[in-house]
Amino acid sequence: MKNTLRQVFHSGKFVAGFSIFVFILLMMIIYPLINPGNPLERIGVGTFAKPGTYVSLYDSVSSDRETLRLADADENRIKSMMSMEDRVSMVAWFTAMDISVEGVDMNDTDALLTMWRENYDEKARPAGMTKAQRNFYVRLNNSITSANTAEVLSVTETNSATGEVVDKGKIDKTDYVNVGDVANVKTLPLGTDNFGRDVLKELVSACGTSIWIGFIAGIVATLIGLLLGLLAGYLGGIVDDIIMFVTNIFTVIPSFVLLILITYSLGQDQRGATTVAVVIGLTSWVWTTRSVRSQVISLRNRDHVNLSKLSGHSLMRIVMTDILPYIASYVVMAFILQVSSGILAEAQLSLLGLGPKTTEVPTLGLMMNWAMLYSAHLNGSWWAYFPVILTIAGISFSMNLMNTGLDQVFNPTLRD
Amino acid sequence: MRRFLSAHDRKLFLTLTGKDLVHMKGYRKYFTKKVVWFLITFVAALILNFILPRLMPADPVAAITGKLVGSTTDATASARIYERYQEEFGTNKPMWEQFFTYIGNLFKGDLGTSFSQYPRKVNDIIASAIWWTIGLQLPAIIVGWLLGNILGALAAYIRKGFDKVLMPLSLFLSSIPAFGMAVILLVLFAVNFKIAPVSGAYGFDMIPNFSWSFVWSVITHYQLPFWSIVLVSIGGQAIGMRSMSIYELNADYVKYARFLGIKDKKIVGYVFRNAMLPQVTGLALSIGTMIGGALVAEIIFSYPGLGSVMYSAVTAADYPLISATTLIITLMVLIVTFILDIVYALIDPRVKAAQFD
Repeated sequence: MKNTLRQVFHSGKFVAGFSIFVFILLMMIIYPLINPGNPLERIGVGTFAKPGTYVSLYDSVSSDRETLRLADADENRIKSMMSMEDRVSMVAWFTAMDISVEGVDMNDTDALLTMWRENYDEKARPAGMTKAQRNFYVRLNNSITSANTAEVLSVTETNSATGEVVDKGKIDKTDYVNVGDVANVKTLPLGTDNFGRDVLKELVSACGTSIWIGFIAGIVATLIGLLLGLLAGYLGGIVDDIIMFVTNIFTVIPSFVLLILITYSLGQDQRGATTVAVVIGLTSWVWTTRSVRSQVISLRNRDHVNLSKLSGHSLMRIVMTDILPYIASYVVMAFILQVSSGILAEAQLSLLGLGPKTTEVPTLGLMMNWAMLYSAHLNGSWWAYFPVILTIAGISFSMNLMNTGLDQVFNPTLRD
Repeated sequence: MRRFLSAHDRKLFLTLTGKDLVHMKGYRKYFTKKVVWFLITFVAALILNFILPRLMPADPVAAITGKLVGSTTDATASARIYERYQEEFGTNKPMWEQFFTYIGNLFKGDLGTSFSQYPRKVNDIIASAIWWTIGLQLPAIIVGWLLGNILGALAAYIRKGFDKVLMPLSLFLSSIPAFGMAVILLVLFAVNFKIAPVSGAYGFDMIPNFSWSFVWSVITHYQLPFWSIVLVSIGGQAIGMRSMSIYELNADYVKYARFLGIKDKKIVGYVFRNAMLPQVTGLALSIGTMIGGALVAEIIFSYPGLGSVMYSAVTAADYPLISATTLIITLMVLIVTFILDIVYALIDPRVKAAQFD
């Protein structure tokens, strides 16, 4: 046993897969300690807030200020204020003035601004432009150049009792606050989803649930498969025929279809995460059965097994001591694959709208389903779906690596 | 799951699933046996499709009535609707009678009436969807299988650098779920680069006809769903083929052939032919899983195939439609498996020679 383990941990592939998996597990344990709370809590009112650090505007007004004179501050401000419409209008002005706009990239703010400053002339009268349009450009030009003039924002407070507006102070362009001084700062490394939930917190929790689903499905499938495989392989005869008849039927009928039928019939209210996991397990034992059976058949006429039979050992004992240890590695490998395909099955079911009920726990599949329902992939909210895909792929990848590693340890012909 | 089983395992599978090949007196007997198996599994699928939903505590007719009646409090009205539906779907009759009606209707080619698209027949909905699914998935799976096998064989033959890169890459590719690949391709090529359409099977402003613009539109819409399925299936096939080929390359007959001084090129030919055989069964055995994944990928692209039909049926709780789609998908998988079994017998001389084992 010790030797086997040492051998297994010498396999580079297994260790790589194992490390990825342990890393994911550690994340699941450690992250909730750093950032506790309900993963389904809706913190944002809008949908799909971008990833980043959010600073309370309200609190920053009353925080201690420092005056910093930064050379590029005005330039940055102008750039961040230039909307897409402004850019389009600027290009339209160039075109109206017969200035070549070839090679102008609307997203290249610097180039666009330089070009504008070089070419814009307030007195110019582009052909076919009304006075109102010309005035628009004057305003646009002012807003672009006015950053140099001192404009001061004033903060007022509305008294809720009297409705009186009280002046609370001014904000200069050179006023800065230290983020550390602001009372409320929230970092959302992966933004929020369509419900305004913290995606990272949700993802960590979903990852845990999905691995749980995978494990339950894997255990159920492996137990059934092991039992049926042992029975069929060791007993042979009519038992084997019956078991193989059923197994052959379920090999051809896609488990995906059975899964859909059963989960749909269960109804939304009955579908907890564990129930879905058990159903997945119940529909995916076929491969383990076949694999175990074929192994047992190749074992059952070996000398040591015959010796045990001759010694009059009970069936239970023969199976436990003479057969199981020999197929243990196969069972472990099959189990690993069951876990990863269980996670995938849950994700696919959830995408069809047949996943666990949505009110209790997030799962990777449900997160994916929500992201798709709210078109995160079409409106550029990559943080709502890409980490989910990456997590699913990461978990399966780690498990497949472990499996390949084990395969090479136990099947010397495959070694590199 | 099938695709990651070891080469040794597959050999064993072959010998054992090939139990029905043993003592065969030839192809005809093999064929008959496969036809019988096809029929048995089909009947089993029919029974499961019928009985599973009815075993469950939830009453689908009650659920539909509830959905339809909604907030109406008129008890007699909802009772009447309930009875009307019971009558239409025959749920008030004993189980065995329902089963025979169900089978009878099936043989008449009547899959019932859709709830969500009432009064549209389920037949019509399926008929308009099934060709999109077959047209998308069959070529995609075949191309993925071929490419995967070529890559796997190359990896096994070249080893060294190619293998070192290809193996982890294949493993990672095959770990990405089909829907994930679909989303990634969609975002990259349709949303960001805008070189492919976002959804559907043809331009939304078009009516299917045989004009050039329509065919072109179908082709452009076809690319992303097609490649997402191909990319996902390449990985698993490459891994299977690689380990199968390595297994064969280490076999005694290869060593013997080398001793005899047979040219390497010729040996490799034999090796890959032998390694291909289990890959054909491999495809037969994993086709169900592959189709399942690909159906979900259809939803991402709103491709008007069976996957999308099933999705809308599930969201609308359209019970007859779900049951019909699952049945059709099962039937498709059964037919493909059957064909692959027959092809396998044609290319594996051992079946004809009946000297297996």
